[in-house]
Amino acid sequence: MTDTFDPRKPDAEQPIEKPRSPAAEAWSMFRRNHAAVVGLIVLTIILAIALFGPILYPEDPFMMVWTPFSPPGEQGYLFGTDYLGRDIMALMIHGARVSITVGLAAAFVTVTIGITVGALAGFFRGFIEEALMRLTEFFQVLPTLLFSMVIVALFGASLPMITLAIGLVSWPAVARVTRSEFLRIRELEYVTAARSGGVRNGRLIFSVILPNAAPPIIVQAALMVGSAILFEAGLSFLGLTDPNVASWGQIIGSNRPYILDASYTVTVPGLAIFVTVLAISLVGDGLNDALNPKLRAR
Amino acid sequence: MSLLEIKNLSVRFRVKRAWGKSSYLHAVDDVSLSVPRGQTLALVGESGSGKTTAALAAARLVPAAGGSVMLGDTDLLKLEGEALRQARARVQVIFQDPYSSLNPRLRAGAIVREPMDALGTPDKPDRDARVAELFAQVGLRPEQRALFPHQFSGGQRQRIGIARALATSPDLIVCDEAVSALDVAVQAQILNLLRRLQTDLGLTYLFISHDLGVVQHMSDRVAVMYMGRIVEEADRIALFSNPQHPYTQALLAAVPSVERAKRSGVKMTGEAPDPLNPPPGCMFASRCPKVQPSCKASPPPLDAQAPDHRVACFFPGE
Repeated sequence: MTDTFDPRKPDAEQPIEKPRSPAAEAWSMFRRNHAAVVGLIVLTIILAIALFGPILYPEDPFMMVWTPFSPPGEQGYLFGTDYLGRDIMALMIHGARVSITVGLAAAFVTVTIGITVGALAGFFRGFIEEALMRLTEFFQVLPTLLFSMVIVALFGASLPMITLAIGLVSWPAVARVTRSEFLRIRELEYVTAARSGGVRNGRLIFSVILPNAAPPIIVQAALMVGSAILFEAGLSFLGLTDPNVASWGQIIGSNRPYILDASYTVTVPGLAIFVTVLAISLVGDGLNDALNPKLRAR
Repeated sequence: MSLLEIKNLSVRFRVKRAWGKSSYLHAVDDVSLSVPRGQTLALVGESGSGKTTAALAAARLVPAAGGSVMLGDTDLLKLEGEALRQARARVQVIFQDPYSSLNPRLRAGAIVREPMDALGTPDKPDRDARVAELFAQVGLRPEQRALFPHQFSGGQRQRIGIARALATSPDLIVCDEAVSALDVAVQAQILNLLRRLQTDLGLTYLFISHDLGVVQHMSDRVAVMYMGRIVEEADRIALFSNPQHPYTQALLAAVPSVERAKRSGVKMTGEAPDPLNPPPGCMFASRCPKVQPSCKASPPPLDAQAPDHRVACFFPGE
């Protein structure tokens, strides 16, 4: 056998291709999913409205501006007025900020609790895993809407409390995904290698395993934003909301009695929620494609 | 004086069974080995013989159930917490699978640097230079530090793994099937690299392999394991020219070779026993071509057959 390898002369065959960052690679996969790209565009527009809308449309959404129940288009009010004669357009634009903030904040709470519980359970195994997973199952079998209603009813219907309630009932899904990824990754040789190299448990969990477990958790978190918006709308519809803050769900909730006489008052925010959640789901699906290494090979 | 002295090492795994019962699988049973500094001891055996588990237990990567692992003057099995973490610098592992042994999210340079950052040696300003030096030692170019693992070939990845194992200047390196996943031409390159590093740096290897050709090329001494126990241990020449245990003889006869037709055919028949319910006698009795009734009564001790040649068989030799 000819041994062409001379250790003193490093091999020159391999050209140094510019290393493509994982993010660039993920983007090129994401782009192939056209629905996800459409979702991303829609989501960007909605986010822009939430961010800049109140500047472009500075009217106070709680001001009575015209006769109640004037249909869309009348007197220049694109979406008409609600039961108190408030401009639905202004309510929608200000509500976008609230709904999306609640969605993001609730997803953040969900992911924080879920990752902590799942990572500890998957990494340490044994008694800690048993205890944490039983806790997870306990929260999972609670009827979510009922449980969050109880929290909001007990501690008051303020936005932070609603956010916390949504987070508190949604984290088990994230915990389970995180745990299963940790169980898989902790057995891989690069984790053993890191342990053998003296890497401490804390770094092992957060710097070695967690970044490799991130893709399915990111997808879950993205979808969680959508379901939190829906959840908030559901609570608002039932009247469990802060009446002094306009959110899309709150608009639906407050106009609920007039759903037959002035259907546009609930249709407009309903459509907004539908489009936003759909866009988030499409983006989540695209993220799944982009971050799933098994699909990347295709 | 030996660098590594393993005495009566055992590893057992709890296996849950029906009705809440559990029994123990003795993956490594009463294994004693010693490796002199600067030499290579090969652990051979078929899959599931416990060779990898034994070595990883010695490196404190798998919990041991008993025994002692002396590295110089320290018993690795007695260390805990921070002392254990610091001692890890002295024993490093080169893993089998060059695809799963490198963190896909880190660049090659960061992978090699990881143990230095974790253990704090050498001092921070010197670490980049050390990484560059290690890359040169294993035949990689310094620019390749910026690449991700998936941009390397299998052989190059294994060189990154070797550079990482060298990063802490260890005394002992466990090579866990370090070349099994590579194709033959690359195997030769990596084996030659390992040998050159051994000469240059005075490394001691615990070399785990099922490939007897590779073992013949690499080792000074060879220990053969079967179902968690050592059945024969001798220096390389004695073991290959004059195998005493029927299992070793069968292993050697099973090596595919052009000269195979000439060999006397020691063949294994039968099934290996259930490791959860091991027989009272010799573990190899059920497959042994020259089994006697007494073999099934009590296990044969690992006795010195000749100076420096230990065999666990009641009827060694031909």
